[in-house]
Amino acid sequence: MALSKEDVRHIAQLARLALSEEEEADYAAKLSRILGLVDQLRQVDTQGVVPMAHPLDMAQRLRPDVVTEEDCRDLCQQNAPRAEGGLYLVPRVID
Amino acid sequence: MSGGWEPVIGLEIHAQLATRSKIFSGAATAYGAAPNTQACLVDLGYPGVLPVLNAEAVRLAVRFGLAIGASIASRSVFARKNYFYPDLPKGYQISQYELPVVQGGSLRIELDDGSSRTVRLTRAHLEEDAGKSLHENFQGLSGIDLNRAGTPLLEIVSEPDMRSAKEAAAYMRRIHQLVRWIGICDGNMQEGSFRCDANVSVRPAGSTQLGTRTEIKNLNSFRFLERAILFEIDRQVGVLEDGGRIVQETRLYDPERDQTRSMRSKEEANDYRYFPDPDLLPLEISEALVAEVRATLPELPDARAQRLVAEAGLGAGEAALLTASRELADYFEAVLAAVGPGQARLAATWVNGELAAALNRDSLGIEAARVDAQALAGLLARIADQTISGKIAKEVFEAMWAGEGSADQIIDRKGLRQITDSSALEQVIDQVIAANPGQVAEYRAGKDKLFGFFVGQVMKLTAGKGNPAQVNELLRRKLAS
Amino acid sequence: MQGDDRSIAELARALRERSTSSRELVAASLARIERFDGALNAFITVTPEQALAAADAADARLARGEGGPLTGVPIAHKDIFCTRGIATTCASKMLANFISPYDATVVERLAAAGLVCVGKTNMDEFAMGSSNETSFFGPVRNPWDLERSPGGSSGGSAAAVAAGLVPAATGTDTGGSIRQPAALSGITGFKPSYGRVSRYGMIAFASSLDQAGILARSAEDAALLVEAMAGFDPRDSTSADLPVPHYVAELGRPLAGRRIGVPPEFFDAGLDAGCAARLREALDVLRQLGAEIVDVSLPHLGLSVPTYYIVAPAEASSNLARFDGVRFGHRSTAASSLEEMYKRSRQEGFGAEVRRRIMTGTYVLSTGYYDAYYLQAQKARKLIAEDLRRAFDRVDVIAGPTTPTPAFRLGEKTDDPVQMYLNDIYTIAVNLAGVPGISVPCGFVDGLPVGLQLIGPAFGEAAVLNVAHQYQCATDWHRRRPADPPAGVKR
Repeated sequence: MALSKEDVRHIAQLARLALSEEEEADYAAKLSRILGLVDQLRQVDTQGVVPMAHPLDMAQRLRPDVVTEEDCRDLCQQNAPRAEGGLYLVPRVID
Repeated sequence: MSGGWEPVIGLEIHAQLATRSKIFSGAATAYGAAPNTQACLVDLGYPGVLPVLNAEAVRLAVRFGLAIGASIASRSVFARKNYFYPDLPKGYQISQYELPVVQGGSLRIELDDGSSRTVRLTRAHLEEDAGKSLHENFQGLSGIDLNRAGTPLLEIVSEPDMRSAKEAAAYMRRIHQLVRWIGICDGNMQEGSFRCDANVSVRPAGSTQLGTRTEIKNLNSFRFLERAILFEIDRQVGVLEDGGRIVQETRLYDPERDQTRSMRSKEEANDYRYFPDPDLLPLEISEALVAEVRATLPELPDARAQRLVAEAGLGAGEAALLTASRELADYFEAVLAAVGPGQARLAATWVNGELAAALNRDSLGIEAARVDAQALAGLLARIADQTISGKIAKEVFEAMWAGEGSADQIIDRKGLRQITDSSALEQVIDQVIAANPGQVAEYRAGKDKLFGFFVGQVMKLTAGKGNPAQVNELLRRKLAS
Repeated sequence: MQGDDRSIAELARALRERSTSSRELVAASLARIERFDGALNAFITVTPEQALAAADAADARLARGEGGPLTGVPIAHKDIFCTRGIATTCASKMLANFISPYDATVVERLAAAGLVCVGKTNMDEFAMGSSNETSFFGPVRNPWDLERSPGGSSGGSAAAVAAGLVPAATGTDTGGSIRQPAALSGITGFKPSYGRVSRYGMIAFASSLDQAGILARSAEDAALLVEAMAGFDPRDSTSADLPVPHYVAELGRPLAGRRIGVPPEFFDAGLDAGCAARLREALDVLRQLGAEIVDVSLPHLGLSVPTYYIVAPAEASSNLARFDGVRFGHRSTAASSLEEMYKRSRQEGFGAEVRRRIMTGTYVLSTGYYDAYYLQAQKARKLIAEDLRRAFDRVDVIAGPTTPTPAFRLGEKTDDPVQMYLNDIYTIAVNLAGVPGISVPCGFVDGLPVGLQLIGPAFGEAAVLNVAHQYQCATDWHRRRPADPPAGVKR
């Protein structure tokens, strides 16, 4: 299953990665290789097999509706690349 | 709008569920906190954190499903909707995709012209809200507040069953009424607890194919919704009649220009890459839980209105007004209980009339009414027992609203008792007849319209306190002779 | 300065008897790290002050007679576990300066059990790799041969234990990342069942496959530690609410009557002849101990690698989306717009293998491919899990090789990702099915250690640990130590 550079560019956009030109070519080749590996799977007959999303045969636990977390802003914003006035700052979001 | 085109409209409503804590974390959901003080590690999408589902969010979703007659999935799955946006901390939103918690359902809507129709719902599912971006005050930057991130949302999706902007607005109103009625959402559109997106397309009348639709996002008032849809329908018809094609896109409504405009492409074709969230297990809802929630369901607005019609003999229209909210319906029934079933129509007229006007004028909700149900009942009792006339009662009501006391206190203090003593009234009538010989002659000569003049004069002399029925009867008698 | 050869149980006893102190043990550990880690690069962060302070606190408790079975024993944590106040990097530039504001549940529980953390170990970046060559902080070297890989992704933990820098270390295993490095480094590596140990605070790679475990010098040591860290955690929805058996108590059960299954599919063309020979010798030992060796087929085993390399990257591509430069982690300084900020921060912050897996994962989830890849992989996963479940109807434990070859040279496999992926061929099915697995040393090939893998049914840790322990009572491969690396090498 060969990937074109356009395919790679599209995926890189979805994944927000800024690939260089050489990388695009390299990825096209390497990803094609990986997809070649996994392509074997498409041949397998899985008719009637229920997909397994999870090893556990359990249902989701429900948590009581209680406030348990306090303000952790100061602690967390120590890790922020840029924060001011309690807000995380990023380059302008344009709608 | 040009003839020959049929609009097709579906609405997606996001209702913030009224839980104390977030859907997947224990941070608080209260509105108005300082930025990022209600965003815990889970809400911030910190490395290593995991979601745990809020039981109350599930209950509220089930309650909604039951209220619209939908089926509740015994097993539903949370899925990740992947996209990048600064107010989406994890880079994905936990939502539901293939297996939502609520499936189907319907709601009857009524239009101003008295017609009604049923709007079907496709589904309602649970998901988490994103944070907010603020654009003022920062040079070339946006400030991100994640307090809202993780607030539980119920996304309510209708089938594209609506055929006009009015129907869409009526549906939006109904859902708004319902979610507040059953206590799952406070419906506060200013605070963003209730948001509506409209999917609009048009097709040639009679066609069964769907046209290309556009999505108008974030309409936060009934009026804006209606105006935006009207504009969009017109716009689309215009494009098609010019031989163009509709571009499938997201648009925003600009209330100042009363127009929709295309959003700068957030993404080219958003590929959300939905897949079941591996951090959450399937949600199983037992019949026992459904039964438990069903038991908490209050009498729904339609049923309550019908009961008011049946039991209190009200008209359908009045009953509908009285059931605009559960609080209002409760208020009305409290008045009714205090004043007695015989005065149902009087009570309805007053609640929908004077009370509604006062609330409106002072921008108050029924919970903040300055005349409580008991007090209003006291006033209505005085009308019923003829102590005061309806007209005087309005004066008394205003005084009560201003905090001047109970109906009885005000009536006494201001001496507003109705005059029902026939001889006293006759005396006044005699005075009026004596003072207006010309009009009396004209009336007796056949100018019936003058009757009102005489009534007015009598009322003037009695400072409005003459019992209207008696005044009418006595006047007629005296003028006739 | 000899490495300490005592087991954790022995260390704990010595501590309780006060014949040694936690400070002594911790200081010795720190000294060996100082001396030898330059050559190994097993540690990303060492925390001497905190460690000695914690050691003193442990000693105080021990002096009051308040010590538990693990109080005062040194341990290292794979740098994928969040540790409050200490850098938690996942061996990535993306988190190179990230100071976690909280402790992972695993870290909390082991600290509560009295263990003293001496530092954070090196790993493949974001746990993606089988050789510990993708770390932003440089590769880890195998103490048995410094030119070779110790395996990955828990390569730092494996090397640290193998070289006697710490008696045990935590690790994570998504496709073999505890067992494979344990095998290549000549130590014991144990991955419990999925859901047995909380994932809260364990930076996610592939959420439905990741599991925390232990690298140590024996199954007995691993049992002690897993007992301390296992159990329900309300903060992890995928954590099983099941009681944790007293694993240590069940170690002594003799193997007579135990049925051990060996899948013929394990003995494929890819298995090195020397490894196959060591494996057969290990099976002979088990037979001598009274176990019955039975053929048990896992017909869909061959689908493991392709299945894994769809599911794991898909989940990872989504899990790593939170690394966007907004709230924490690396933010590019070369960005003028939001889009640029995202792309450059992620491009700069993530290494090549991580980016490759994000790309693969994004692709297999994308429109038009979801059914053919992801959904198909979930179905194949079911087939693989069913094979194992059926096998455990007939046997108590499954045995086989851990890796196809002994440790390979650094740089040998980095050109072709597929070559690297095929390393995981014997370990991956275990993660796909969510069952427990252990690797124990079972001999040498050309002077390099080789591992025997034992696999159990879901929540059957006790059986796996029991068989492993009995094997270790009858053999001494797990007591072999490599020579110390050159001292004082600068990192």
